[in-house]
Amino acid sequence: MSIELATDDGQAVLPGDLSQSPLAIRGLTVSYGDKPAVFSVDATFQPGAMTAIVGPNGAGKSTILKSVLGIVRPLSGQILIHGKPAARQIHLVAYVPQRASVDWDFPARVIDVVLMGLSRELGLLRRVRRTHLDRAMACLARVGMERFADRQIGQLSGGQQQRVFLARALAQDAQIYLLDEPFAGVDAATEAAIIDVLKSLRDEGRTVIAVHHDLSTVSAYFDHVFLINTTRIAEGTVAQAFTSENLHAAYGGRLPAMPAAGQAG
Amino acid sequence: MFGLGYNAILVTVGAGLLGASAGLTGTFLFLRKRALVSDAIAHATLPGVALAFVVMVALGGDGRALPGLMAGSALSAWLGLLAVGWLSRHTRLAEDAAIGAILSVFFGAGIVGLTVIQSLNTGRQAGLETFLLGSTAGMLFTDAMIIAIGGALAVVAVILLRRPMLAVCFDPGYAAATGRDVHRIDLAMMGLVMAVTVVGLKIVGLVLIVALLIIPPVAARFWSDEAGRVVLISGLIGAFSGATGAILSASAPNLPTGPLIVLAAFAVFAASFVIAPKRGLLASVLWHLRYRRRVHLRQGLLALAQGHPIYEAFTMRLLRRAGLARADGVATDQGRAAAANALLDERRWQILRSDPKFETTAALYDGLRPIDTVLTPDQITQIDRGLGPRGAA
Repeated sequence: MSIELATDDGQAVLPGDLSQSPLAIRGLTVSYGDKPAVFSVDATFQPGAMTAIVGPNGAGKSTILKSVLGIVRPLSGQILIHGKPAARQIHLVAYVPQRASVDWDFPARVIDVVLMGLSRELGLLRRVRRTHLDRAMACLARVGMERFADRQIGQLSGGQQQRVFLARALAQDAQIYLLDEPFAGVDAATEAAIIDVLKSLRDEGRTVIAVHHDLSTVSAYFDHVFLINTTRIAEGTVAQAFTSENLHAAYGGRLPAMPAAGQAG
Repeated sequence: MFGLGYNAILVTVGAGLLGASAGLTGTFLFLRKRALVSDAIAHATLPGVALAFVVMVALGGDGRALPGLMAGSALSAWLGLLAVGWLSRHTRLAEDAAIGAILSVFFGAGIVGLTVIQSLNTGRQAGLETFLLGSTAGMLFTDAMIIAIGGALAVVAVILLRRPMLAVCFDPGYAAATGRDVHRIDLAMMGLVMAVTVVGLKIVGLVLIVALLIIPPVAARFWSDEAGRVVLISGLIGAFSGATGAILSASAPNLPTGPLIVLAAFAVFAASFVIAPKRGLLASVLWHLRYRRRVHLRQGLLALAQGHPIYEAFTMRLLRRAGLARADGVATDQGRAAAANALLDERRWQILRSDPKFETTAALYDGLRPIDTVLTPDQITQIDRGLGPRGAA
């Protein structure tokens, strides 16, 4: 059981120090049916960093996020947010699901979707006030979508739908941002816009964790990486953990073409 | 006997409230894409009706007392709902198959029960079959009161739960991630549907209550792209259908009430289908005519910008009428500016469509849409880089 973590910069959270990590996972096993999607996984995510969760299809990347958020129920394991059980700390977490997870013909305008990010404040009956609308609009402006506020969501392109989902998460004003393949099927300009927002979130001291499948951009976009293929393969800074050795361990023979690890970016 | 008496007015109000609650509740079911569950719930009420009748008679009471029948129907509907949930979660059956199985088994059991009761010859069982298609004839004052109160309570519940229910309808994963208990919200939604069904048994009947839950939201969807408004409009359509059906039924007591209410709802649906702005049939015909004009205008402008001749008389007429070209085919100042704009837009689109990264946006190309209505400013800046130095002019 060797756990290699970032230690060179002196700020890294060590695996034993659970309360210092914004999100720590211990012994997580999730199974759909009789095959585990994730088996006995430990992870210690670093505060104020951008971490990519990387692994082949079906490796359990999304399942990790969904377990943290309480969308799927683990068979076993512990999930701690700032040292306390995740279920009680869920208000600290914002989520950007995969775009394909909703029906975009749903009767909602862009602004309605962003306002869903304020649901905790709006509660059951409170009226949507000017201040709520202003905040929602500010989030839309941050992703360059303020002119689309009154548009029906089905009339947006894929990249714009992804921006709306990000704006909804921004409205939550959370400490931890979990994103499920935020760059899947979006245009280059949107990818750049999203990465800008994520980096600004990190620079504000928030923790950003994204499931990511494009190996060629890992080094350019992220500080830390968590490699998984049902079990944990490696975690640490990109320089430490994103090695061709670890990638071979994660992907086996199915390693997609990519620049040699450590050289990109 | 004609004209609405005090009782008939109360029945109408009750039917209106019931319709409103069905329209409101049904919208969430429709948006959750679980409309058929209501059919299972409705059919699963029948064994409960039969059983409640037997129990009440056995206890020496009136077998047709509405509160008792409602309690019995609620009980068996809840069992049916649980059975559908259990089957789709613990077997390989999909929910639609589970619904089909439960619906037919419960309904069959209910029909057997009713037939047995009819052959029992207790003398007073006549009337239970009105629960199939609904009836307002001979309704007691207290019955109408119960229905009105039940409908009103359901309306209040929808107002209280509208936000969590909409959140779950749109994106259950995100709803769970923001701390909502999706399972319980779903149960509350189904509970509301069950309450509406049970309350509506007497007036609409169990065979057609599903129509009152589904037709109003489908009709309402034609009128708005905003969920809150769809809910509200659906409630109004439901209320109108319920009240109209009850009034018609009061003047023609031989007709079952349920079908009249459903036909009233259908009339609203048909009207919405034809005349609704944007999504209606008429609007789409008008849209097509306008679309044709815009295509001609755009082609004309592009021809002007590139100095091509315009052959089509219709195109020329449109350009002249818009003050963009003179009778001899030469562009006016305004026409030249518009033409240059159209050309820039078209070149931007060409770049966008040749870039695989914009594939999803490229699908929106229709030769008309100004590119700034589909792209954000930073996306346009990126496109313009491909235009080269001349493009910016």
